[in-house]
Amino acid sequence: MAVAKSNGWQHLKVTQIPAELHNRPDQIPAAVEKRLQAYAADYDHVFAAFGDCGTGGRLDKVLDKYGIQRLSGAHCYEFFSGSDNFAAMAEQELGTFYLTDYLAKHFEQLIMEGMGLNKHPKLIELMFAHYKKLVYLVQDPDRQLDHFAEAAADKLGLEYERVETGYGQMAQELSTHYSNYTEQVIKWPT
Amino acid sequence: MTDENYDDEELDLSTLPDEELVEQMYDDLYNGLAEEIVEGTNILLERGWSPSRVLNEALVAGMAIVGVDFRDGILFVPEVLSAANAMKGGMGILRPLLAETGAESVGKMVIGTVKGDIHDIGKNLVAMMMEGAGFEVIDIGINIPVETYLEALEEHQPDVLGMSALLTTTMPYMKVVIDTLKEQGIRDDFLVLVGGAPLNEEFGEAVGADAYCRDAAVAVETAKKLIAEKRAA
Repeated sequence: MAVAKSNGWQHLKVTQIPAELHNRPDQIPAAVEKRLQAYAADYDHVFAAFGDCGTGGRLDKVLDKYGIQRLSGAHCYEFFSGSDNFAAMAEQELGTFYLTDYLAKHFEQLIMEGMGLNKHPKLIELMFAHYKKLVYLVQDPDRQLDHFAEAAADKLGLEYERVETGYGQMAQELSTHYSNYTEQVIKWPT
Repeated sequence: MTDENYDDEELDLSTLPDEELVEQMYDDLYNGLAEEIVEGTNILLERGWSPSRVLNEALVAGMAIVGVDFRDGILFVPEVLSAANAMKGGMGILRPLLAETGAESVGKMVIGTVKGDIHDIGKNLVAMMMEGAGFEVIDIGINIPVETYLEALEEHQPDVLGMSALLTTTMPYMKVVIDTLKEQGIRDDFLVLVGGAPLNEEFGEAVGADAYCRDAAVAVETAKKLIAEKRAA
């Protein structure tokens, strides 16, 4: 939505599925398909602002059925930071846990509550045993989110690093798609 | 006595008859109470139960309940992990005793998370459930390159190779390992089971695995079934 707003894209409708489904990626394809069934017929062009998001190709199967393209890459960390940069970060430290603006803001709800870590604090040790650091990929710099991200790293017992990425590859790909359909209406789930 | 007083009262496991104690251990496993599982395990051993009977009738049977509720969507990963952690407490006591008594292994498994992937919760659950079911398990860890898989297979000659991946980006590495086994002419020497959140049956078939296992309980059932079929052939 921030990308759409900053580019002044008027002919665009954004719809979404619940973000917590990323903790249960097997449910993402069905949730996206439900959205497509509800809205796709009303628009000339639909685009999915998703990566594979841990669906193991199952999201692509749904999108192929409707002839819909998505962002390239496996997940949002990759398309925010750019594929090459992300590969370099992963190579530098495989045990890296990534946050985006959204995840930094909703860390408590999506990670601590969503993954059951508040209820079972011992799980932090089990789930993050092989993680070394937390990298906060910053889209829109905000001091409060910096604070949240740093606190998240502290809670998980990880080193903290902050990397400004902006919207990276995602903004570029969306611009390309939008410019291809200037006179039409584009919609994507986020 | 009010319900409130009753809830606060400490339950003395040693006062329970065997059957009730085992039932209580099912509840304690379900609720992830590691200390209580250790205590229950010790009590049963003191009462003369064999280590394999404690393992099968108390721990494995209790984890089977957890496995069924996980499969049915009643329990989620955090609860299963807590249960597995509790079982680990009991296994810590039983493992050396089982080794002493020379309990026969129903099969041997080498298991590891593929290269590029550091996630091991699913793998650890499978390893623990397999061990609980009587398998000898050699866990070679995380971020495992094909060379390490090959070395482990050569060294341990297992019945089963288990590979795990949590990431969409790392799961294709399973095909690298299986293709290498084929190239070396040793693919059919092992049953290959694959698992992990983004995988499915179709993927398992595509990479040339013998089976995809959606959870730890299925992995145990599948390994037992395929080993029996292979030995009967």
